Amino acid sequence: MATKKFMYLNRRSSFGTVYAIESLEVVLIAAAFEQDVSLAFMDDGVYQIVEGQNSDGIGMKNFSKTFHALGDYDINKLYVSKESLEERGLTESDLMPLVYEDEDDDWAEKPSIKIVTNDELTAIMSEQDVCLSF
Amino acid sequence: MAQICGADVDEEGFLVNLKDWTREIAIEMGKSDEIDLENEEAELYSERWEVLNLLRDYFEEYQIAPAVRVLTKAVGKKLGKDKGNSKYLYTLFPYGPGKQGCKFAGLPKPTGCI
Repeated sequence: MATKKFMYLNRRSSFGTVYAIESLEVVLIAAAFEQDVSLAFMDDGVYQIVEGQNSDGIGMKNFSKTFHALGDYDINKLYVSKESLEERGLTESDLMPLVYEDEDDDWAEKPSIKIVTNDELTAIMSEQDVCLSF
Repeated sequence: MAQICGADVDEEGFLVNLKDWTREIAIEMGKSDEIDLENEEAELYSERWEVLNLLRDYFEEYQIAPAVRVLTKAVGKKLGKDKGNSKYLYTLFPYGPGKQGCKFAGLPKPTGCI
């Protein structure tokens, strides 16, 4: 089966709507089919990967921990909009240190997150076969 | 709804409330699949429990049940390279390391498990 490029675009924050957790669920299911998968975070979606989330007070599962598992599912391209971070007063250091182990480089740990401008993100999106927006 | 040791389970035998899990529940689930998780002298007893404990640790850390491929990788890394293959894991859990292992460990059915 030919590999297709799938991008999952996340534009909403973690809780409050079901979009963020549903997106992650679909990503994990899709990972089983060994496709070329990448994630993009823009607008309030950047809040999904902010470090130190705590959902105890609202009785929901803190699924932000699950982002740390993505590397083991061979999902290691997480693009984050530079403009969206800046608009919210966030920097890369506010985000979770998400990493993957590079099979081709003696399993060295490498960062999965890449900060890109909206122009760069547009270019990456235009290379995709399928773009799913959540 | 069916129950095991007073805890609700779904139609496939998975725990409904993950925090209900106890060792006794795992033992009971094992009995219905003819797997002895109680007697320490039983064949593969410690091998099975080390994988069940790994599954529980994995869920605690990542909040998901790992896909078989991911579990295999984690077993190889944490329990030794010789164990990180699906043949070994199927020996321990003949109905599938993902499905049966996760059930005994009190995890939900693995995401993407078809």
